[in-house]
Amino acid sequence: MTPILVVDDLHKHFPVRNVWGVRTAWARALDGVSFQVTPGEVLGVVGESGCGKSTLGKTIAGIHSATAGRVEFDGHRIDGLSPSTGRRMRRALQYCYQDPGASLDPHWKIGSSLLEPLIVHEDMTAADRRARVDEVLRAVGLPEAHLKLYPHEISGGQQRRVGLARILALRPGLVILDEPTSGLDVSVQANVLGLLADLRSRFDLTYLFISHDLSVVRLFSQRIAVMYLGRVVELGLTRAVFETPRHPYTRSLLAAVPMIGGRRVTETMWLDGEPPSLAAVPSGCRFRTRCSWAADICAREDPALRTMDDGCQVACHFAERTGAPAHNHDARSEDQ
Amino acid sequence: MFRISSRDANKTRGDLLAIRDFSVSFETEAGIARVLDRVNLLIGKGEIVGLVGESGSGKTTLARAILGVLAPNAHIDHGGLTFTGETNVTFVPQDPFSSLSPLFTVGDQIMELMRWRSPERRAGERFYSRSRRRADRERALAMLGAVQLPDPARLLTKYPHEVSGGQRQRIMIAMALLPKPALIVADEPTTALDVTIQAQILKLLRQLATEHNVSVLLTTHDLGTAWEICDRIMVMYAGQELETAPVASFFRAPMVPYTRRLLASLPTADAMPTAIQGEMPGLYQPPTGCRFHPRCQSAADICRDTRPPPSEPEPGHIIRCHHPRAYDA
Repeated sequence: MTPILVVDDLHKHFPVRNVWGVRTAWARALDGVSFQVTPGEVLGVVGESGCGKSTLGKTIAGIHSATAGRVEFDGHRIDGLSPSTGRRMRRALQYCYQDPGASLDPHWKIGSSLLEPLIVHEDMTAADRRARVDEVLRAVGLPEAHLKLYPHEISGGQQRRVGLARILALRPGLVILDEPTSGLDVSVQANVLGLLADLRSRFDLTYLFISHDLSVVRLFSQRIAVMYLGRVVELGLTRAVFETPRHPYTRSLLAAVPMIGGRRVTETMWLDGEPPSLAAVPSGCRFRTRCSWAADICAREDPALRTMDDGCQVACHFAERTGAPAHNHDARSEDQ
Repeated sequence: MFRISSRDANKTRGDLLAIRDFSVSFETEAGIARVLDRVNLLIGKGEIVGLVGESGSGKTTLARAILGVLAPNAHIDHGGLTFTGETNVTFVPQDPFSSLSPLFTVGDQIMELMRWRSPERRAGERFYSRSRRRADRERALAMLGAVQLPDPARLLTKYPHEVSGGQRQRIMIAMALLPKPALIVADEPTTALDVTIQAQILKLLRQLATEHNVSVLLTTHDLGTAWEICDRIMVMYAGQELETAPVASFFRAPMVPYTRRLLASLPTADAMPTAIQGEMPGLYQPPTGCRFHPRCQSAADICRDTRPPPSEPEPGHIIRCHHPRAYDA
């Protein structure tokens, strides 16, 4: 199947400036990211804060301009376009902020907020617009009476639904969901996930699902990309990655998730320290400073993504190893 | 519901803190918010108790009441807190970013704490003598080493923005342990952290609490965190406690409908979670009786009329529910 989205060697570097505004370094938030998304699938992007997952979503959506690399959507290049062409091309590619309800204008009635994207992007008659708005409002499960209300008159959960309806009104092919469930209570989170799954089947949507929550990503996506310091270090079918994680970072990340009723992380956790700064990425493999498998080759050679026999792609020199990395015995853990 | 490995859940070494029939309300412009409604909880010595609930369940209010830092508009309507013996309580905040002043070095802030809260300090002491300062500094350095921070002496000269989020939370844990408390109240201590850092911090907190024989009251909305380090868990909903149980039976055989629904709304590997219908009630006019009754499928008239009294169907498993599900261990 032809991919709906192709990301090829995408780079986004932000300047790091000192107090005088002089550039001292580049923070390499995206440092050569490549993947494809096929229509109808959900690709999960996971990683810890600062790994570049949000920058990835925003660069694809055109909110940031790429430093280098290519983004193709529906067979057309969409990076580096003029603002007006870019807007036209990206109509079918929508970016959904963490809380889509928070971006509603408090001075506008819900109805006006929902009509606005149609006025900007589509050439429709007023009656057609009304019909489209009614349709998406029903799809997100809100009564028509809400069109006449202001955002503050409805609950936070309902605002979120209106925000989603606003994105859906344009009939997007691909929706980039940036942390759609973070900061929510579990019962509300279950609600939001149910709604997202329902909308996906109803409108044939493709999702790029960016989240730090591995249990949600596992449930929701067919494939998953694990990011570390601006790179994809492991990419494969969700089931395969969760059952046999290959990259030592993925192994640590999965081992760090509490499993109710299972083994306790507090008894088995081996990963120490925190990721280095994006402005000072280690030479060779960028995970080697925290990896107990690190050998000389890791400092010399930057591992490229290799395709394994089950189709997973892994960027590690030792991806064939089995078992968990040993506890990283550095100076800090020895003095306890 | 979940299979559980065995664990030394019941350490009974006497109670440290008893909370009995504790009610707190807040007077606001919009009316009186009845935030805590006759809450009961016992915290044992050396025990880690998890206070679990969604936002608005009153867990932070209870934590603040224990710390004695309720807002000025708060009013204790009923009941109270009784400490047995020591009353030394310290605090680990949710957000280590805003809990350290950006204007002073880490060392300044730790020494300021030691000046007033060092266990060496005698009552009524007015001056911070050089010898005590030196001893306190040594203790601080040792504690920073114990929370596995590299190069403690250099860390003391750094400003908070120069250390990472995980390290700041380690500093907060060290500062919570330095006054030799009997109880540490940790309010969502790992919510702001990434999952690998969270695992490191939870591991550290559990290890140090055991070593120093400190009780910990940990509030969290994340059941996974509670599973990781708690001995006992109490579930709160809209200011009422519904179920208190040792961690193993809490997850294996929850009895109160709300707890069961909460566990069912966790995402698992193969099934979509089921949401709890309805929304959290407002606390200005909370539902009568059991506050969960408007959303509860087992609710009957009695649930609307009276709040269920505590009952203990299994040793240590305390519930407040008229229609609990049978214990199916």
